[in-house]
Amino acid sequence: MEKRSIAAILSFSVVAVFFMFTVLLIHPFGNPVSTEMDDDIISNAQTDTGANNAVTSVVFDYRGFDTLGEATVLFTAVAGVVMLFRRIKK
Amino acid sequence: MSGMSKIVKTITSISIPFILIYGLYVIAHGHLTPGGGFQGGAIFASGLVMVLVAYGSVWTMEKIKEKNLTMLESLGAFCFILIAFLGLVFGTVFFNNYLVGSNSIFGTVPAAGSGLADINTAGVIPLMNFAVGLKVIAGLFAIVLVMAYAISKKEEK
Amino acid sequence: MIFNFPFIAVAALIIVGLYAVVFRKNLIKMIIGITIIESGVNLFLITLGYREGSIAPIYTSSPGGIMSLPVPQALTLTSIVIGVAVLALMLSLVIHIYRHYNTLDVRKIGGDEE
Repeated sequence: MEKRSIAAILSFSVVAVFFMFTVLLIHPFGNPVSTEMDDDIISNAQTDTGANNAVTSVVFDYRGFDTLGEATVLFTAVAGVVMLFRRIKK
Repeated sequence: MSGMSKIVKTITSISIPFILIYGLYVIAHGHLTPGGGFQGGAIFASGLVMVLVAYGSVWTMEKIKEKNLTMLESLGAFCFILIAFLGLVFGTVFFNNYLVGSNSIFGTVPAAGSGLADINTAGVIPLMNFAVGLKVIAGLFAIVLVMAYAISKKEEK
Repeated sequence: MIFNFPFIAVAALIIVGLYAVVFRKNLIKMIIGITIIESGVNLFLITLGYREGSIAPIYTSSPGGIMSLPVPQALTLTSIVIGVAVLALMLSLVIHIYRHYNTLDVRKIGGDEE
């Protein structure tokens, strides 16, 4: 039991130190590196989809399959919760 | 949970229409302003959860069965996939935005650049917003309702 | 000019959540830790898409200027909804575990009695 907690503390501190170093060495805030796809979406979203809101045009038009998977996940969660509590309700 | 005091119930009854109207506004203007089906559905479901907290889960379960809620959720998912398949029928591919550029409902294309809000734009995006909004409303409220009802049953025993 | 402060906030959120997941023994507190990690990941996605001095990518009466990237924001929306779904399932399972074992201590649930 003692050995296990020591190992947990050690590995947790290693992970924390690595996170902090990564965050300090990442590219500076406010300057994303490769933005060609997003620039194309921003300049063409109004003529392609007719929506003024570029985020909505990405969610429902350019990346509709992502939204389909998201809807499936939500459906699965609702079905799982209702199934888990069905026996108790009676 | 068997309902809260009379003050809470009265305040809930007064303020519930504004919350629901605001949620529907966020859903309907999803292609123009910040928002959309998910966010507006979350606002609408939060308003319904306020009713659930104020009046108690047993009373709410008598008014709205969770079977109806799951049916509404399936209806929203079905409408979403149906609109996506209509893109295959009227256009070229799955999820094709076939309404934009045509002269039917939601068909106009706005002028490029900054402009005023015109709700009659964006093709199938508003329809998908409504389908996803219905799905999120029914789904989130069904989750909270079923969990609250199960816990109240435990307390009565 | 704020130096990498948003990224440091992301790392702090993830470390705090990881601490709660690793060292707490209560299931509810572990779930709180998981949601904190999730908030850190969402903040990281939003932060990656920000350009200096940019506005939101919405054309309705926008003041003009460069816009921040729309794709990370859309994926963050997906991530938030999936987080809600996963949270609901985790809480339902925890309710069932509490009814079965009458405790939320992970040392007494898993048969780890040494």
